[in-house]
Amino acid sequence: MTGPVRPEDADVTDYVGLLDVDERLGTRVGRRIVLGLMGAGAAGIIFGRPIQEKTAQVISGVPGLNQLPVGGRWRIYTVTGGLPKRSQADYSLRIHGLVDEELTFSYEQLLELEPTHLTKDFQCVTGWRVEDVKWTGIRLADLLDAAGVQTSATALRFFSFDGIYTESLTLAQARRDDVIVAYSMLGDDITRAHGGPVRLYVAPMYGYKSIKWLESIEVTDEVVPGYWERRFYAVDAWIGNSNGRNDNPV
Amino acid sequence: MTIPSEIPARIARFAPTVRVVHALNAIGFGLLTFTGAAMYGAPGTQWVGRRDLVRNVHVWVGIFLLLPLIVGLASSSGLRDDFRRLSRWSAEDKRWWFKSKRTEVRLGKFNPGQKANASFTLAALLALLGTGAIMKWYSPFGDDWRTGATFVHDWTALALGLVVIGHIYMAIRDRSALDGMIRGTVPSEWAATGRPRWYSEVIQASENDASDLGDSR
Repeated sequence: MTGPVRPEDADVTDYVGLLDVDERLGTRVGRRIVLGLMGAGAAGIIFGRPIQEKTAQVISGVPGLNQLPVGGRWRIYTVTGGLPKRSQADYSLRIHGLVDEELTFSYEQLLELEPTHLTKDFQCVTGWRVEDVKWTGIRLADLLDAAGVQTSATALRFFSFDGIYTESLTLAQARRDDVIVAYSMLGDDITRAHGGPVRLYVAPMYGYKSIKWLESIEVTDEVVPGYWERRFYAVDAWIGNSNGRNDNPV
Repeated sequence: MTIPSEIPARIARFAPTVRVVHALNAIGFGLLTFTGAAMYGAPGTQWVGRRDLVRNVHVWVGIFLLLPLIVGLASSSGLRDDFRRLSRWSAEDKRWWFKSKRTEVRLGKFNPGQKANASFTLAALLALLGTGAIMKWYSPFGDDWRTGATFVHDWTALALGLVVIGHIYMAIRDRSALDGMIRGTVPSEWAATGRPRWYSEVIQASENDASDLGDSR
């Protein structure tokens, strides 16, 4: 024990005794607070998921509380310094690379093609999931057929007009019925924040595969890992079977 | 107790090491708050963006945040002394929480609110460090724990942010206390009225030093 007890410091209010005189000799309340809160934190790690899901249900209906840390809502991510902007009028989608005919679609031309409607969840690899999102777009397979994929091709590379983001899919993955070039989500035009006017929606894979602000698709003879895939994310990003996660498949 | 013939206008409150550790901690916490908010949701995720860079800054600053405190505790007895005072509660400190009994209380160097703040802040930083590590190095953990860690990380950050805002508000309201952390000294009068037991200690110690000097002459 350090810190001398000074009897001369005691006055009449020190009725609890001389040990009270030096604050360095008090009880270790601070340690109890720290250990108690650490225990609460550990409990939060173990039981946080069910608590969060319950809280999300309660809070989702209350306006103004949707910024609180609960799951079940969109979080807008971008890897550049802001949200890129392109109007529907200025928009075009180019399909090039190992194709018989390089094609460019305007926004209007995309809307004239046969639409596919999906109502499916969006699952982010960081943990949040938005259920039953309405999507409308053109099956990617239809666009590829229109351009004519050459026999040497095995994969696709997607480029965003944010100038940085890229993604990849194998041809087999890209030809699934639940992979669309989307121009509508949540029952409306795709907003700038959600990657409008046109984005990809790869239903069975984590969100980083559903590239936003889609500008062009290159048909390639090998898989070229995309932006996050070069940063340790899975290339084959199946929901519930990659990135060390076991979410329910979509 | 003898009243010293000359009471200095200001007395030392925080050692240079304590102030440097506090400043580095504040800068680190500011960076973590900014980068954390920029990753958490709107509007930061859109205005700042640059998710990869922001994440790396957040992780590296987080890893080294407690380093100044650890080095300071190892090297500075002044910091160790403050650390100990903040963690210990006298019976008087416990009475302080009851407003009706406050007049009977002679406080030491810190009031119990400051002690509670320090303990909460340390616990929150450790919790953020631990849950952040699970979020960053996630491979050994299942979804449930990763989601739980994110949950604890988000709520703890929110709570700590509010506590820090309160901390800054209190400091601005009490300029003398703020001076203690910025310049290292506080007015003697502030100490004598607000922290009387600590003030007596300091005066006593300086008298002892003076008489020690006298003996050695």
